[in-house]
Amino acid sequence: MATKILTEHIHVPGIETFDVYRKQGGYTAVEKAVKTMTPETIVEEVKKAGVRGRGGAGFPMGMKWSFLAKPEGVPRYLVCNADESEPGTFKDHYLMKNNPHLLIEGMIVSSFALGANTSFIYVRGELMYVINILEQAIAEAKAKGFLGKNILGSGYDLELVVQPGGGAYICGEETALLESLEGKRGNPRNKPPFPAVKGLYQSPTVVNNVESIATTPWIINNGGDAYAAVGIGRSTGTKLISASGHINKPGVYEIELGLPVEDFLYADEWCGGIRPGHKFKALVAGGSSVPILPANLALTLANGDKRLMSYESLSEGGFQTGTMLGSGGFIVFDETACIVRNTWNFSRFYHHESCGQCSPCREGTGWMEKVLHRIEYGHGHQQDIDLLVDVARKIEGNTICPLGDAAAWPVASAIRHFRDEFQWHIDHPTEATQPGAVYRGEMALV
Amino acid sequence: MMTETPNKVLFTPERLAKSQEMIARYPEGKQKSALLPLLHLLQEQEGWTSPEGMEYVGQLLGIEPIEVFEVATFYTMYHIKPVGKHVIEYCRTGPCCLMGGEEVYAHLKQRLGIDTGQTTVDGQFTLKEVECLAACGMGPVFQVREKYYMNLTNERVDEIIDELSK
Repeated sequence: MATKILTEHIHVPGIETFDVYRKQGGYTAVEKAVKTMTPETIVEEVKKAGVRGRGGAGFPMGMKWSFLAKPEGVPRYLVCNADESEPGTFKDHYLMKNNPHLLIEGMIVSSFALGANTSFIYVRGELMYVINILEQAIAEAKAKGFLGKNILGSGYDLELVVQPGGGAYICGEETALLESLEGKRGNPRNKPPFPAVKGLYQSPTVVNNVESIATTPWIINNGGDAYAAVGIGRSTGTKLISASGHINKPGVYEIELGLPVEDFLYADEWCGGIRPGHKFKALVAGGSSVPILPANLALTLANGDKRLMSYESLSEGGFQTGTMLGSGGFIVFDETACIVRNTWNFSRFYHHESCGQCSPCREGTGWMEKVLHRIEYGHGHQQDIDLLVDVARKIEGNTICPLGDAAAWPVASAIRHFRDEFQWHIDHPTEATQPGAVYRGEMALV
Repeated sequence: MMTETPNKVLFTPERLAKSQEMIARYPEGKQKSALLPLLHLLQEQEGWTSPEGMEYVGQLLGIEPIEVFEVATFYTMYHIKPVGKHVIEYCRTGPCCLMGGEEVYAHLKQRLGIDTGQTTVDGQFTLKEVECLAACGMGPVFQVREKYYMNLTNERVDEIIDELSK
């Protein structure tokens, strides 16, 4: 039986209430942390666990914590990034909605470890109903003495604030999130200074994803070594994968890192295979920003080994033949999916979500969207494919925040692996623009 | 900056109390942090973020109306123009489209007799296209206020519109 660190109790009826959560062993990590541990020992355990940021960047959480500046007399903040907006990703939504107390408990022990007395959960505004669930859970925890002044008589005080966003993908970028939390437009900040030194209200701040914070109660209860024993190599622990697209069983699954992609896609325990009568064409493994892979490369490495669901294995081969685990947004395409149309759709997303601060992103995302639109709608020029590659290359690495890269990679990778499909749209515009028309040329379907 | 007393109270007593509670959640001097929550509260009451409403929110926070307006226009959730009774926010992003989102959207537009951004003549429905709503495994998806409607089909869309029209 696979280890479940985040979802073990998620199907217990009433788990969203304090009493049921408590009966399932909830809030024992708070007791253990504030009564028997020091902030330093908690940071040590999280470091030992090797848990990496689950929002997409994969930066080791314990290391991020240890960078937090601690000047005398200056407040420190923990901010939970619950602005889940990466297309294909819906795991934090699932976790918060079904088991809000797990996040609250994680926020309490993490805030204690960082020495924060006011912490924030920044939830995308569209999830107002989830905000209500979290606020209810916070009120319950407070009534039971696990939040507020002098938690469990330890002398430690913590207030938790749930902050709604206003609808902006960019606020998932940590410095844009902090701007937004200060009541401003969500324009990312230049780094340095990093949030660990000057973050919220110019004070030292840690920003962590929901799923990352939700691992901390288990780590405190079981130890960092036990967490690191799950998973594979430097991809320790479990990961929530949001599975969508042309599969039999879409949904959120908690997997041990290191599971073969093939098992995750085909086994009944997870996605249950491609929908009946269809073939596997392509995969976006970690949210819309990561490079798309054709079926064969998604399942197998260049050396013939099975590709695994881990940070290392998914990125094996670099961008030539690999991709990234990202946020775990696993989008599956069968042979009915048009890669050109999907690439246009994604680039419209990034154009819409660009904050407009940096010209390569502001102009480049719009340019890519327009060129892709004309290819998709039968007005493509012969030089358009190279033009797209060129624009993507000029955005990548030239912007303040990673949105530019996130916009460039899906376009560059779609052309890298499906160039013939783009060319077919340009060469056969009448055929390609028929309703439901999809390129059926030579490609490796599985 | 001093917090001015608004000339005219716009929020209901309950919302005014709630707004004061929200403003008090942030450290001293950082009250502008309450701007996004207050704009949501305004929209919940008025249906949109009207110019008078934004000015009022600015007064509650002691900031200029332009500071409110520049923020409200940055984010997609705030309606800076009047809208219908029900605003349907329809996901147009990739994973929903894979599940037939575009076909269902065409049906929805036909059913309401309006295009994206328009409001029905009777003022019942406004249609907006939005980007990913973080419910990709249950697509196609749209949202009306706080409620998510998922796994949409043409038939399901008809049922929902009938229900909301009552």
